[in-house]
Amino acid sequence: MSPKLPVWAPGREGYFGDFGGAFIPEMLHETFAELRAAFENACDDETFWQSYVDVTAGYGGRPTPVTFCENLTRKLGGARIYVKREDLNHTGAHKANNVMGQGLLVQRMGKKRVIAETGAGQHGVATATMAARLGLECTIYMGEEDVARQHPNVFWMRQLGAEVIPVTDGTRTLKDAINACLRDWADSMADTHYVMGTVCGPHPFPQMVTYFQSIIGQEARAQMLALAGKLPDRVYACVGGGSNASGIFTGFLDDLSTELVGVEAGGKGIETGEHAARLAGGKGVPGVAQGYKTVFLQNEEGLMQDTHSVAAGLDYIGIGPMLADLHEQGRVRFESATDQEVVDALRLTMRSEGIIPALESSHAFAAAFREAPSLSDDDAILINQSGRGDKDIFTVADALDDEGWKTFIRETAARYAR
Amino acid sequence: MNTTYSSTLEASLRKRQTGKSILFMSHVVVGYPSLDANWAMLEAMDDAGVDVVEFQLPFSEPIADGPRFVKANHEAIRAGTSWQQYFDLATRAAARFSFEIVLMGYYNSVFRMGPERFCARLAETGMKGFIVPDLPVEEAGELNGLAREHGLDPILTMTPTNSPARLAEIGRNASGFLYCVARTGVTGRQTDLSSEVGSFLRRCREATPLPLGLGFGIRSAENVRQAREHGADLAIVGTAGTQAWEEGGPEAYSRFLKSLAAATA
Repeated sequence: MSPKLPVWAPGREGYFGDFGGAFIPEMLHETFAELRAAFENACDDETFWQSYVDVTAGYGGRPTPVTFCENLTRKLGGARIYVKREDLNHTGAHKANNVMGQGLLVQRMGKKRVIAETGAGQHGVATATMAARLGLECTIYMGEEDVARQHPNVFWMRQLGAEVIPVTDGTRTLKDAINACLRDWADSMADTHYVMGTVCGPHPFPQMVTYFQSIIGQEARAQMLALAGKLPDRVYACVGGGSNASGIFTGFLDDLSTELVGVEAGGKGIETGEHAARLAGGKGVPGVAQGYKTVFLQNEEGLMQDTHSVAAGLDYIGIGPMLADLHEQGRVRFESATDQEVVDALRLTMRSEGIIPALESSHAFAAAFREAPSLSDDDAILINQSGRGDKDIFTVADALDDEGWKTFIRETAARYAR
Repeated sequence: MNTTYSSTLEASLRKRQTGKSILFMSHVVVGYPSLDANWAMLEAMDDAGVDVVEFQLPFSEPIADGPRFVKANHEAIRAGTSWQQYFDLATRAAARFSFEIVLMGYYNSVFRMGPERFCARLAETGMKGFIVPDLPVEEAGELNGLAREHGLDPILTMTPTNSPARLAEIGRNASGFLYCVARTGVTGRQTDLSSEVGSFLRRCREATPLPLGLGFGIRSAENVRQAREHGADLAIVGTAGTQAWEEGGPEAYSRFLKSLAAATA
């Protein structure tokens, strides 16, 4: 079913309440007009949504299942815990959905090259696979700090034929990679499409990415009814820019008995200032940057602040305008989880269920584990596992201080040094 | 635009055009390399007969700027350059020098300051307008209305990718002068100032009777002459000036400005 005219469609000029819009340099005016037209045209085409569902099935592995976690439910002793398995997508995260959808748009627009920003590297890898499959040139911008902490993904992007450009300005993370993409696009727009990876940036990106990711919520709602026999009482999703959260939440927006919980990066603790909790910590204020209006972590003179998270994909200053608006309306509750809570939740999930969530997704698990014991066994909660944790092997091994891993790295390094 | 509005910036530019074949606008990122260096740069500009100076208010996410200005913005921020220091420098400069001053900055600074307070501060300082490259006309209604109440001009951008209809729309909303961007991309790179720029400026001219400034890639006296031949009223030099300072210090900077100014006679 195509999510045409959904409840979450933005209003005038791409606004969700007070947030959104398109604050773009004049150079990109016609490019955005072209993109809006291509997207609207696709939404009006009754075959488009089905062609998207087909490619996510035949290439991406959808639908992804919902897994009942019996052991976690027993250990925590409260609500029944279900997990939506976006980790089972091709390339290991929900990012693949949006990329396949935008790939179809690129074909409709007849562009030859794609560019993308990436934080954790999942969106970059997904974009690189799409570009390889569709025969497109591909350039990925990635903050230098993220290149260092997510090198396995850099390796795969390059193997897939993409050019990976480390971004060395600013805080050298996701926001700086977005700036770099906007600068590239201001020059390359004639033959290049910018595959924005999250529900941020200028209109129509927040709406477009939510549209493609809404497949998560559509599937999950039907799966919960079939598997649990009821809608979930709460849905948990981690929120960096907010694409996996927007994707799953849109499936339940009309179900007012389902509480929606967004989980931001608490980093080293909100009181330390080293975090990326824009809403949960109450530290973010409205602003305009990177082409859109939302709640940003910034100082009193509007300069963006350094953020921190153990999860590169959540280490971001802003948040999708639709989520900022849903927060303001009280429809989505925001919580945060610290780096330490996240590593603990990851370990518990691995040991209990044999599931390996990404550090990003583990934020949603951490908040759910905190709340599940206080719910009754009639309650069902659904956690969106946005991605798999394999990519985090270096970070997680570090956090767990694993001796065996360190020995392996030392020996490998010694072998290369010879 | 309100037809009764009369721009002091436009009037000043028209007056300066007497005896010059093209006007000259230069750029300073306030706080980079330092506030003291900024003052020395401004003295050199005044000495060279610069007509307008863009004072860039540093921002952490300067999406329309190239690498050299991105670095300049970030270093100015790291040095702790505040709004107060910015306006102090502009106030001193407006009192001391004969060039006109406009603000260049990103919309978040305006938004956080509040449009009313932003306009009031610019007007008190003696500035004549502002360039906010990430604020399209669709979002600029309130700010631009307030600006004209304060005697300030919102300086809008025209680009080679704009359709004739869009150029006309920008023209209808403009006052003071137009910032015509000579090529696609961001600041700080060479531009082929060939005949394409001429046809672009002719499209801009059809969209507005206001003075046309040409920027992005003007780096030499030869480029200034080319801008003039293509029909620009104002040659805009940004990154190349900063580069001259970084590479050769105050003297090289002064020589650079004078060599370009010589081509405006």
